[in-house]
Amino acid sequence: MTFKLKTLAAAAALAFAAGGAHAQISGGVVKIGILNDQSSLYADLGGQGSVTAAKMAVEDFKAKDKGLNVEVIFADHQNKPDVGTQIANKWIDNEGVDVIVDTPNSGVALAVNEVVRTKGKVFINSGAASSDLTGAKCSPNTVHWTYDTWMLANGTGKAIVKTGGDTWFFITADYAFGHALERDTKAVVEKNGGKVLGDVKVPLNNQDFSSFLLQAQASKAKIIGLANAGGDTINSIKQASEFGIVKGGQNLAGLLVFLSDVHGIGLDKAQGLILTETFYWDLNDSTRAWSKRFAAANGGKYPTMVQAGVYAGVLHYLKAVAAIKSDDGTKVVAEMKKLPTDDPLFGKGTIREDGRKIHNAYLFEVKKPSESKGPYDYYKLRATIPAAEAFRPLKDGGCSLVK
Amino acid sequence: MNTQALFGQLLIGLINGSFYALLSLGLAVIFGLLNIINFTHGAQYMVGAFVAYFLLNKAGLGYWWALLITPFIVGAVGVVIERLMLSRLYKLDHLYGLLLTFGLALIFEGAFHHQFGSAGLPYSIPESLQGVQNLGFMYLPNYRAWVIVASLAICITTWFVIERTKLGAYLRAATENPTLVQAFGVNVPRMITLTYGAGVGLAALAGVFAAPIYQVSPQMGSSLIIVVFAVVVIGGMGSIMGSIVTGFGLGVIEGLTKYFYPQASSTVIFVIMAIVLMIRPQGLFGQR
Repeated sequence: MTFKLKTLAAAAALAFAAGGAHAQISGGVVKIGILNDQSSLYADLGGQGSVTAAKMAVEDFKAKDKGLNVEVIFADHQNKPDVGTQIANKWIDNEGVDVIVDTPNSGVALAVNEVVRTKGKVFINSGAASSDLTGAKCSPNTVHWTYDTWMLANGTGKAIVKTGGDTWFFITADYAFGHALERDTKAVVEKNGGKVLGDVKVPLNNQDFSSFLLQAQASKAKIIGLANAGGDTINSIKQASEFGIVKGGQNLAGLLVFLSDVHGIGLDKAQGLILTETFYWDLNDSTRAWSKRFAAANGGKYPTMVQAGVYAGVLHYLKAVAAIKSDDGTKVVAEMKKLPTDDPLFGKGTIREDGRKIHNAYLFEVKKPSESKGPYDYYKLRATIPAAEAFRPLKDGGCSLVK
Repeated sequence: MNTQALFGQLLIGLINGSFYALLSLGLAVIFGLLNIINFTHGAQYMVGAFVAYFLLNKAGLGYWWALLITPFIVGAVGVVIERLMLSRLYKLDHLYGLLLTFGLALIFEGAFHHQFGSAGLPYSIPESLQGVQNLGFMYLPNYRAWVIVASLAICITTWFVIERTKLGAYLRAATENPTLVQAFGVNVPRMITLTYGAGVGLAALAGVFAAPIYQVSPQMGSSLIIVVFAVVVIGGMGSIMGSIVTGFGLGVIEGLTKYFYPQASSTVIFVIMAIVLMIRPQGLFGQR
């Protein structure tokens, strides 16, 4: 009897010892859940491309060699906050997901932000824009990687006001993201001496913008600010060209335009648009090399800044997990903020106390069809906004984590 | 508000209405004559737009050719669907046809989404229809004017063929009593197949009209089809004239909503549908 007990104890001790290396990794596996729009208007800027990007990060990190077992799963939130919340809860409670990544659509992102905070996991947001994620709604469990509404407003908005576009009319997507983008842009316009003449709030995923364009035309504003994204931006720009808005002397400001949108609009209609992004595939040798690899794995489609952000965010997350040998959400995010960031796409950077990732932003202009030399050769660089100026100053965000 | 803006919104409402009318017309024809609720209609409209894109980019055939050829290509696909699948369901409840066509719609959309992504493909307005007219109260793009005129012409022609010609009389008789009509030597199954093909062709035609205005994307149909179903329900299932008048009418109402309270523009049609169903369940132009 005693012998039996002893062997049992020994066996148990052995089992524990064997598991020692993974003792702090829940379930023995680091599970990454890509939660985004897989089927609708935002699917091309994130979608499967984000899943590809995350898998590339796991591969490049050489997780296996470092003794980390990493798994990537994904789901479609259909742009509905309730669906997103449900998936996030299920993932964390039943499926052992440690980190939720991407999540465009600020409405869904703000909802998931709360779920992740309550459950002490990690949320690395790349796709959503609302600057509230690192402002009023900031969380010790969230890192906002790629861009935000303040940065867009500060980049595109400021550049346009400075070059004489001082009266604005907004066509705004009627949910958290559009409202935040309009608010932040309005502040920049007014601060720089411009005036906002009016706005119209349009339901998400709208097909026909002619009514709204007509109201914008009637406002006689010099600049029509498009505070929308994805398919909505594509439709507004296409139809604005049809109604002769630009020929009539008004100009469009696409406040959030992704590479995939320019691809969908075509250079003939998109040429001359000014836009702000934090990543473009043709920035330098390492972005080019990575993007070629990405395109090969993504059916020939080049990466958007959102997909680039997913790659860089996951890479940095894994570095932090490896450093503290734990996947405890709050601790990992603290470590992510402590470690300086360094990746081939965004270069060297940092993550601030409020969860805001800091890097350069770039003001681009869309090329004329005659200037484009090949597929996805769409932008020319107008200005680089240095990291220190690109994002909202820490003290202005109203984040409770900032002391 | 000023009257200029009001006129502008009314005109834009008519433009959107012409899409609703064209699509609900196809649905009404198919429902009226086949008793099938064709949920694939939106997908067929989307396929129409894609075929126009392929004709331009793979075969070098421009807009006008696309307008001519696309309805036949997509209509032929419709004929195959009718022969292989729908024809087996006529004896069953409506619900089966609805489920089958809904499933097909998901398959079409899924396949195109897998292949082409969601951001859509560019398609330009043909040279000859570019430019705008200054009407004083608004700028009217030539292309939109063309869409109103063309879709009105198609709607009226379809109505005329079905309600006022011998062919239409055969069709209507065949739905009332197929056995008797067959006894007179009319090939009823073939007629029904061709009717479905024609209905699908109408959807594809609307798709070609839409290609230069909206994004050519896999979900362009699904975002429109629900509204179009509401139009058909309000107009009265199966009523041809009902769907035309309601299509244009609701386009105008939606246009006005976009001016007065844009936030409600995506729901106003359904509010009307609910009211109509409560007061007149058979729809405004429905028979029973």
